Amino acid sequence: MSSNKSAVSGNGIGTKLKNMTDTNLLLGITIVVFFLMYIGAIVFQGAGFLKPQTFFNILNTQGGLIIVSCGMSIVMITGGIDISVGGVVALVTMCCAVNLDFHNGSVLTSILIALGIGIAFGVVQGFLVAYLDIQPFIVTLAGMFFAKGMTTIVNTNPFNVANEQFQALKNTRVIVPGMGSTNRKGMYVDAYVEVGVIVALITVVVLFCVLRWTKLGRSFYAVGGNSQSALMLGINVKRTRFISHLISGLLAGIAGYVYFIHVGSGSATNASGMEMNAIASSIIGGTMLTGGVGNIIGTFFGVLSLSTIQNIVTSAGLDDAWWTGITIAGMLCLFLVLQSVIMARKHRA
Amino acid sequence: MGKTKTEKSGFSFSAILRNQLFIPIAALLLLALFNLIMDPSFYAIRLGENADGFKVLSGNLISILDMGSELAILAIGMTLVTAATGGQDISVGATIAIAGSVILRVVCGGEQSVTEYKAPIIVALIIAIVVSMIFGAFNGMLVAIFNIQPMVATLILFTAGRSIAAWINNNTLPVVNVKSFGVFGNYIPGFPIPTPFIIAMICVLLIFLVLRFTTIGLYTQAVGINENSSRLNGINPIFIKFLTFVILGICVAVAALIKVSRISTINYSVVAKDIEMDAILAVALGGNALSGGKFNMTASIIGAYVIQFLTTTLYKFKVQSDALPAYKAVVVILLVVLSAPVVREKLTQLGAKMKANKKEVS
Repeated sequence: MSSNKSAVSGNGIGTKLKNMTDTNLLLGITIVVFFLMYIGAIVFQGAGFLKPQTFFNILNTQGGLIIVSCGMSIVMITGGIDISVGGVVALVTMCCAVNLDFHNGSVLTSILIALGIGIAFGVVQGFLVAYLDIQPFIVTLAGMFFAKGMTTIVNTNPFNVANEQFQALKNTRVIVPGMGSTNRKGMYVDAYVEVGVIVALITVVVLFCVLRWTKLGRSFYAVGGNSQSALMLGINVKRTRFISHLISGLLAGIAGYVYFIHVGSGSATNASGMEMNAIASSIIGGTMLTGGVGNIIGTFFGVLSLSTIQNIVTSAGLDDAWWTGITIAGMLCLFLVLQSVIMARKHRA
Repeated sequence: MGKTKTEKSGFSFSAILRNQLFIPIAALLLLALFNLIMDPSFYAIRLGENADGFKVLSGNLISILDMGSELAILAIGMTLVTAATGGQDISVGATIAIAGSVILRVVCGGEQSVTEYKAPIIVALIIAIVVSMIFGAFNGMLVAIFNIQPMVATLILFTAGRSIAAWINNNTLPVVNVKSFGVFGNYIPGFPIPTPFIIAMICVLLIFLVLRFTTIGLYTQAVGINENSSRLNGINPIFIKFLTFVILGICVAVAALIKVSRISTINYSVVAKDIEMDAILAVALGGNALSGGKFNMTASIIGAYVIQFLTTTLYKFKVQSDALPAYKAVVVILLVVLSAPVVREKLTQLGAKMKANKKEVS
């Protein structure tokens, strides 16, 4: 009995190892590319990128995207896709803003609203995808339409939130010790990150642990890799799919609030195109759309690579509007082709 | 005698239910009925004069046929791509921006505002078709040769397309002040039916001729159903996939011509915005499996007009254009839930149960 069990687990570890090498290879490439890019930025763009604060600013602006991309990675690892996240983020910012400014809400109620919206989207989409077996693309497309439309219905005009309690939260800065720098006047300025970044980092760490060491995390990989064999192994495929969408929805809610803290306004144009950036980050981070391969740390570096490129483009003085799009697309293209070549080689071997 | 009759009618009813055209036509009838009850004047068609003094037809139905044209043209290409690759092209909106930009660039010759063509419009159209075929080929290459999922492969152009469109015209918005340029998006002088609808019908006719007299349709479905077995049967799946993307490229260029002709200029960030989503919905609404395989072109084209019908109906009820997606989403969800195999099976079971109950009672 015990030998049987060990054989099974050994087999599991075997497939795990095979998967991990795939994941680790893509992860390695991502990290190397990110560091090369950052070094390139320092060399060509001057000392601006040498300051730790520049790096922290990337984190500050992309806190929401990091969280959304984590959720996206989980759905993609499970073999689905969730393009409703950008819409959900916009809806969360608008609902929270309306609650804070028009209905005398507090930070607590607005956080509850954010989580509620996220969970609601996750549950409905997860149910439709997992239990009614409808394609995730169509379901979440409808989710995106619904969220974007609802944002306008909740309130048409964008506005900045004036709630004092919220402003206090927005202006909270967590000082990173030992990373400060002296400014031009010779004064020492502490490096800081916003509250949202802490939330994002916690999310990354927690999800990394969940994916690597829990039964649930492993079943995401199993279902994404081959749902038939996952079923044979006794994994509840439908429930796993449901949970992946639930997590993505919940994270979109959290990300919405983090984004909201950063921009401090409710607007229907908030986070437009975020879903595409999240998909791009996940892919650059080594998550495969076919499912079964991916890593949260990779996704984290994917977001950083994406925003470093944006920063380089902006600081190089190129016209933001076109070049950002073109460079991101170029990078995406490169990574996609790379992935496909790697996969083709593996299949041949 | 009576018994056989009921059985027969029951059978034909389920046959209708199973027909692929059932979903789009049922949706169309439902919308039509809804409008009839809410406001019969919705269907009024008037023969009035437009700004140029020509007699043209106007009314909600005409505007549905008019505005739905681009969508119908795109639905043709999207159906083929969906059938062959089991994925969708989400870059069509961005490629419309590129093709439109190319047309304006050629017609205006790089100037801001022109009162006469710098190059014949047919040349502009041909160049635009070639350019969007190249972009289609790029997508096709990524999908067919590198085996990247279509939605992800086209994400590249989706991200870059509008930027490329802006770059083609040096980020300016050229305006064509030539009367005849508006013909493709409005009316041919003296002809009361909107030109976009005529163009759409020509495209539909062409694709039906192509499907009827060539093997493209059969090969596309074969590749979509099983790539390996179609290869063993002597079909080249890579070429077929590639071809569907190139055909979609042609459709995109034609749609772009209509789009730029409508307003005689272009706005890179909003032209054909979200049209990729509508085109995919048209295919889905037509009951075509988004995972590829068999397709029904008629159903897709009807699907496209159903979506435009829905849009026009919503506008009629003074829904803001930004809020429109929310209502569309509800309709879409209802449709896909009703057409989901799981739900259909449950409904059939329920129907059988009710029939059995009835028999017991009687």
